[in-house]
Amino acid sequence: MFFILRRVLSTVPVLLLVALIVFLMLRLTPGDPAAALVGNSGTSEDIARVRKGLGLDEPLPVQFALWSGKVLSGDLGESYYMKQPVTRLIAQRLGPTISLAALTMLMTLLIAIPLGVLAAWRHGGWLDRSLMGFSVLGFSVPTFVIGYLLIWGVSLKLKLFPVQGYTPINESFTGWLAHLILPAITLSIVYLALIARVTRASVAEALTEDFIRTARSKGISELRILLRHALTNAAVPIVTVIGIGIGLLMGGVVVTETVYAIPGLGQLTVDAVLGRDFPLIQGITLFFSFAYVLINLLVDLSYLLLDPRIRY
Amino acid sequence: MNRRSKILDNTSVRIGLIALLLLICMACFAPWLYTIPPTAMDPSSANLLPGTQAEFSDLSGDTYDHYFVMGTDSLGRDTWSRVAYGARISIAVGVCVALLSLLGGVICGVAAGYFRRLDNVLMRLMDSLMAIPAILFAITLMALWRPTLVTVIIAITIPEIPRVARLVRSIVLTIREEPYVEAAISLATSTPNILWRHILPNAIAPLLVQGTYVCASAILVEAILSFLGVGLPPEVPTWGNIMADGRVQFNQFPQTVLFPGFFLAITVLAVNILGDGLRDTIDPKFNKRTG
Repeated sequence: MFFILRRVLSTVPVLLLVALIVFLMLRLTPGDPAAALVGNSGTSEDIARVRKGLGLDEPLPVQFALWSGKVLSGDLGESYYMKQPVTRLIAQRLGPTISLAALTMLMTLLIAIPLGVLAAWRHGGWLDRSLMGFSVLGFSVPTFVIGYLLIWGVSLKLKLFPVQGYTPINESFTGWLAHLILPAITLSIVYLALIARVTRASVAEALTEDFIRTARSKGISELRILLRHALTNAAVPIVTVIGIGIGLLMGGVVVTETVYAIPGLGQLTVDAVLGRDFPLIQGITLFFSFAYVLINLLVDLSYLLLDPRIRY
Repeated sequence: MNRRSKILDNTSVRIGLIALLLLICMACFAPWLYTIPPTAMDPSSANLLPGTQAEFSDLSGDTYDHYFVMGTDSLGRDTWSRVAYGARISIAVGVCVALLSLLGGVICGVAAGYFRRLDNVLMRLMDSLMAIPAILFAITLMALWRPTLVTVIIAITIPEIPRVARLVRSIVLTIREEPYVEAAISLATSTPNILWRHILPNAIAPLLVQGTYVCASAILVEAILSFLGVGLPPEVPTWGNIMADGRVQFNQFPQTVLFPGFFLAITVLAVNILGDGLRDTIDPKFNKRTG
């Protein structure tokens, strides 16, 4: 139990530094946030009042302490333009984003891992070579180009799926799926390329181990060798890259939601940035980063289950 | 066989280099490649289909007969001209970000790897920077700054630095244990001399490979920033801006989005293929090192 506790505690300095970076990013900007908040019509007294209200007249370290205290109690401030708490705005938009991310993740894992295992099994064969070719392509063709190609081909020409938009899952499951299937395919391409590539490499390496030869000589079936012996031993790098890929996925969500007009966190980010809504930008960036750190904490802890040799 | 011909013998390197040279030529010689000024607009010839011959009179009153290879956008600007000039921005951003993040990464990585006291602090800082998704980081920085070519380049460079720094640090950590470095230290060679003469030459091959990957990702991120409307101002011809403009009418006129998208994909692909080729020829251990 001690090592789990230690690993959990080791995220604290990282989270603190992330918070500091996000805080400083917005404080070191040219221009006065209070003036931006008041707008052009405000007098200098208005600006002074707002500045005092926000604590902007305190020295930076004090501001940071006050701000992180608020963040810890779940208060990310109030949006300049929508006049609502940032946490509420994020919570409202979380549904579509989580739906999209979960569907993407599910599709990716179901396709990428079997493909990677097969490619490693027939190392140098046609599947292996085409998978490697595809993965270079997947890393190179930008998400929004894939998105528009799919909308053009599948929605406009073949008329198979609705063009854009979103339906919540509790209104209609088929509508939800129909709206999300193309975005999920779009978003999964990069992720798929990444995970299939790593699966292939680490399974191929595991297959060269002595215990595989032993298993083969005992007459164990190829399928069982691949899944039980090779894949299990290749699990740690695969799970690691799934965690790292979450960062890619978060960036991709912003683009994909814009292309497909899905009202999720990605759209909220773009709206916040275009409107220069600083508390909202700060809140979203912090939210995504904390989510990333925590997901990778879970990934690290999962090593304990996947590989009993690992102890922190 | 000497090293240079070994690199040029690699098919991936050849394909990547040839494609990139063609694209660089397109960027450099854009004014002579049957283009008109990329910001010239004529609302009366808006949304022309690819391959239309039309009378074009820009706002200053110049009129000419022009063949619109890729059609025009919603403001009546020639898409091919904008795509050709757009290559300049993409290539400039890719190259500058690659060079700057290598520079920043080498400084941080050498500092962390060689001066052990800095290691913990610097690497925790790098971990934290990497915890903020790269695109989100760049978007946030761009929301704060005035959009110019310099700010776009800096905003894309900062999130790339930690990745390079980690690579450099791991190389430094292995090389500093080598007997020849120990020998150099015991002969009282100065630290800058050791770094310059012994450590850096060993880092050049992996850095070259990493540099091409950074370049590819920078070109992508620049296009994303423009596409989302936080990159260079919309009248500047960048591939992302052309696509952002075509987005509104995508259902009727998909060509304004698809043509720049095609060039963007080809460019990034060429850089990535070049990177893979370089990795295979000059640094086969690359994947082990970063993984």
